Amino acid sequence: MAAPKAHALVHRVLAECPVTKARVCELMLPHGPISTPVFMPVGTQGTMKGVTADQLRELGCEICLGNTYHLGMRPGPEIMKKASGLHGFMNWKRNLLTDSGGFQMVSLVELSQVTEEGVHFKSPYDDKEILLTPEKSIEIQNALGSDIMMQLDDVVSSTISGPRVEEAMHRSVRWLDRCLLANKNPEKQCLFAIIQGGLDPDLRKKCLEEMTKRDVPGFAIGGLSGGEEKDHFWKMVTLSTDHLPRDKPRYLMGVGYATDLVVCVALGCDMFDCVFPTRTARFGSALVPWGSLQLKNKQFAKDFQPIDKECDCPTCKRYSRAYINALFKSDTAAMHHITIHNIAYQLNLMRSVRDSILRGQFPQFIQDFMKTMYGSKERYPRWAVDALESVSIALI
Amino acid sequence: MTPSLRWPRKMRFLQSGDVSALFSIHCPSACIHYISSSRLESDRNAMKLSLSKVVNSARLGVINNLGRSGDKVLDFPGCLLYTKTGSPPHLTNDTLQTIEGVPPVAHITLSSLAEHQEVLEEFKDGIAKFAGIPDAVLYCSINDPVTKDPSGYNTNKSVSVWGGGGRLELTSQKFVSAQRALRPDWFQCLSDGEVMPTGCSKKRAKKSVDRSLVFLDECLQLLGDNERLAQSVLIGAIEGGDVLEERLRSARETAKRPVGGFLLDGFQGVAMSNETKLSLISSITAELPEDKIRVIHGMGRPDEVLECIERGVDLFDSAFPYEVTERGCALSFNHCYDPDPETAGGIHRTDSLSARGSHVLRKGETSEEESNGDTATHPDDPEIDWTGMTPFEICLKEKRFREDFRPLLQNCTCYCCRNHTRAYVHHLLASKELLAGILLMIHNFQLYFSFFRSARGALRDGKLGVLREIIRSQTV
Ligand SMILES: [Zn+2]
Ligand SMILES: [Zn+2]
Repeated sequence: MAAPKAHALVHRVLAECPVTKARVCELMLPHGPISTPVFMPVGTQGTMKGVTADQLRELGCEICLGNTYHLGMRPGPEIMKKASGLHGFMNWKRNLLTDSGGFQMVSLVELSQVTEEGVHFKSPYDDKEILLTPEKSIEIQNALGSDIMMQLDDVVSSTISGPRVEEAMHRSVRWLDRCLLANKNPEKQCLFAIIQGGLDPDLRKKCLEEMTKRDVPGFAIGGLSGGEEKDHFWKMVTLSTDHLPRDKPRYLMGVGYATDLVVCVALGCDMFDCVFPTRTARFGSALVPWGSLQLKNKQFAKDFQPIDKECDCPTCKRYSRAYINALFKSDTAAMHHITIHNIAYQLNLMRSVRDSILRGQFPQFIQDFMKTMYGSKERYPRWAVDALESVSIALI
Repeated sequence: MTPSLRWPRKMRFLQSGDVSALFSIHCPSACIHYISSSRLESDRNAMKLSLSKVVNSARLGVINNLGRSGDKVLDFPGCLLYTKTGSPPHLTNDTLQTIEGVPPVAHITLSSLAEHQEVLEEFKDGIAKFAGIPDAVLYCSINDPVTKDPSGYNTNKSVSVWGGGGRLELTSQKFVSAQRALRPDWFQCLSDGEVMPTGCSKKRAKKSVDRSLVFLDECLQLLGDNERLAQSVLIGAIEGGDVLEERLRSARETAKRPVGGFLLDGFQGVAMSNETKLSLISSITAELPEDKIRVIHGMGRPDEVLECIERGVDLFDSAFPYEVTERGCALSFNHCYDPDPETAGGIHRTDSLSARGSHVLRKGETSEEESNGDTATHPDDPEIDWTGMTPFEICLKEKRFREDFRPLLQNCTCYCCRNHTRAYVHHLLASKELLAGILLMIHNFQLYFSFFRSARGALRDGKLGVLREIIRSQTV
């Protein structure tokens, strides 16, 4: 089941969970294959927070993110073109996904205003008035040369409702068409649509109906993970995957907590990204199968075990919790050690998820995962229990 | 004052006079003598130091059988691997492994580690294992050469160090117990080594020598009873401010004691003029036995290093490339003393010098870039702090590097130069990204370590003067 030739992506479903909506797929992209479900670490400004490109490759990362908003501002598309795109600029030889820049504009820049033309805002770098149109977003992303580009969408907070949400949904559909037209490099760069519609099932369905009519190589589920009730969140996710075509990848934007990943894989999502694992690392928080360790806390000063003795990342093979605790007082390398571990944790988690789906044992994997993470059933988050129940997993 | 000498009997007393008998060939006309691996055995404080060549005062040699496994070799003149809490700044083990020529001896600092003493006591196996570098050879100095600590807190009984937990008063007893927890291979003895202002009173200089000798004797006494430090080598600190006779007394008296090597202390900072420093250094090394290593801190610029090597100093710290990294700069100097680039594998500097006036335009460069890189005060880059910058580096924060897709330094083989451009490092610095420190640290360490390899090669080939001229020409 190959995608139309014009797309820079070939998608193959390798296995489907007989119980849930989970699946394992292979995506052939211009910079190599990736296996989904996949977690994509976020390298906002063309670098993965204290990890070199070689280290990231060694960890098994096949795709990571860059942010169009930041990179479009600095160093800017002209320099990017001269550097042979973001791949050349940061010397990353595997795949890259870039966002549209719209989300950052609305969330980071206070004075932004959305019109049919695009997003108007004041540059925080030099106070200049800037207009980000769908065409401009694609132009920058073409300059960045990412393997997967995202359409510019009209982002509204997931906690508001009313006519603004509907307007944003319709506008996102119109902007998708403008983005598709603007893509100068479709044979090397795929453009994903972003499903909007807030927390309103009808708007979501309408958006899905419109967008799936377009010939796009993949879909993102947008407008979620912004502080809405988890109950609303998972219902919108599962509604979206119900209406998305089987033969195209589904990317759930901004999701990266371990439980969310496992549940949303069960709901049929393939791709995820989140700044959380790398950001939390810099504050001293190491992710482990039973939660997290705040390594700056005094309790770890004399804890001579590795972060996770089951983990085979370069950090856990060499350094103890106590050493990282001590190093935090003197050098940035303490952060790097945890960042490396946390990326390894996310990638290993997804590897285990894929393995279990391939072996037909994903339901058992979920049971084990939840038990390890929460200890006992009373501590399971209600929304996760409900979401999993909706795909025939009764947690024991 | 001569402190009473009460060393444990098992520490054999080694005087410089004993040593000269072992050195055989003299070539007085050229002031060069060749020594064929004269190995000196003493008790606990013996480093197996072999001198292969001495030119005037400059010494080329090797220390064999280093470390617990005894399989490490340190060539000198050389430098130590600067660390923070046992970890080279910004680097993980993976990124450190990409660097060529990493020195076998890592440099840790008691001031930053003292606050972890209790943890290390519980850990039991010493700082090397704790820091995830179980095979490293460790040298522990009292202070971090990078930090400038307040002075005026030392007394006859204790020395104050400043770490993360504030000021810590170390008596000889406390000092030795801290070293017992750290278990370094070599350590600087407790000493009254605060940097003194120029023209400090003779009295203060004398006091620093007296106190340090007392501390040394106390420590030797305490170490004699200490099984866990039986393998450790004590480095005696030579004090005395800028008072020549006190420096000489300190050197002579310290040399009488069974130390494994010497630290020429108190030369960091700008309290003394370079001239004063160099003349004191010459005088001090003349008093020291030839079979023991001479270490110095805070003399890290390439030109200073060569001046010190020519005056008989063997070992330096590598805080200099760290400081260069911290100001967003990349070392960019030529240390190829051999005109044949085939044999030298030479690195050719591109433009740190030219940034100061004699810029030769290269293909693809505009004259605008030249004018941007002209002086030390850039109207374009008001954020850049130029203080402390040396002629051996380029500042990647400068806007002229925004679109410069060349490596930091032409022909450099470091991980950064093989994989990344100036434009990328400039972007990382502008974005305050952590990778900037990693990439600059890799480059700066590798270039610095290769500079020491050149210094040894030049000494071996009789071209130290040539190298000094090459380095000096890059400072004008
Ligand atoms: Zn790990
Ligand atoms: Zn380099």
